[in-house]
Amino acid sequence: MVKKSSSIIVGIVSRAIVPFIQLFALYVIVHGHSSPGGGFQGGALLGASILLLRLTVGREGSELVFPERMGTPMSGFGVFIYAFVGVAAMIGGGVYLNYAFLPIGGMQPAELRSLGILLVETGVGIGVMATMIVIFDDIAKGNFHD
Amino acid sequence: MTLYLEIIIYLLLIGCAIIALRVKDLLAAIVVLSAYSLCSAFLFAVVGAVDVGFTEAVVGAGLSGLLFLAALFYTSRKSAD
Amino acid sequence: MLLVYAATELPMRGSIDAPCNVDSSLTGTPGASTYYIRNAQKEMNTPNMVTAILADYRGYDTLGETTVIFCAGIVVFLILRKLKDGKKI
Repeated sequence: MVKKSSSIIVGIVSRAIVPFIQLFALYVIVHGHSSPGGGFQGGALLGASILLLRLTVGREGSELVFPERMGTPMSGFGVFIYAFVGVAAMIGGGVYLNYAFLPIGGMQPAELRSLGILLVETGVGIGVMATMIVIFDDIAKGNFHD
Repeated sequence: MTLYLEIIIYLLLIGCAIIALRVKDLLAAIVVLSAYSLCSAFLFAVVGAVDVGFTEAVVGAGLSGLLFLAALFYTSRKSAD
Repeated sequence: MLLVYAATELPMRGSIDAPCNVDSSLTGTPGASTYYIRNAQKEMNTPNMVTAILADYRGYDTLGETTVIFCAGIVVFLILRKLKDGKKI
């Protein structure tokens, strides 16, 4: 379905606004320690920016930003990051998902927990972004009505 | 002051919900539903749950509207009644 | 109507006397929220308490939430995908 929008204003404005949305989404994920935000919100913003490209620029242009076949592997990869951080804490000697035992030397337990939160939020962000794109792509590709 | 703001946002919420139910054009209904989600996000922010308001603004006003649009392009434009 | 009548008796939002905010419950067990407020900044070096609770104290919860979203994407992919040779599932 996703075909190029006919209006030139919509195309240029959306192409100009998308990098700022993505920068803000990265800020939300990384700065989630001390301001409202986190992995879910940042991932949803990233997904929304790419879906905006899918709607306005068309499939050929937005394939360069996020290829369609990468959707499902990326969403699995996000969940894998989360689970792997828990397993890494088990390797370091703690219980599952106890970030104070991450096997990284030379850091206080409080800093290690902060780092673990950052890693986990990154995983959640990647998973949510890829899942939103997968859902939209499959709905747009399905052609189930005609 | 906060109470008056809350009452105004509640009235906006009820108005948006009624308009979204009554309007015939489904595209307009989607837009009004996004406005409903935005008012709901403002309400969460006023109450003090900024994270929940942020999530509501991103998912409710952005992504669900987008997915509704994608579903709408495959079906007929006008509501049946 | 009954719910509206019951809602008038609820404690105010953010009240320190509300049962979810007191230091120890009626049976004497310590409350969770006061522990989080006192220790979240000290234990994990993050000023935003909501992120700390979501990602660290309630890590299993967030893991389940992420898995649910992933499963939703997988189900949509399995139902709506287009097979190569055009046959039905």
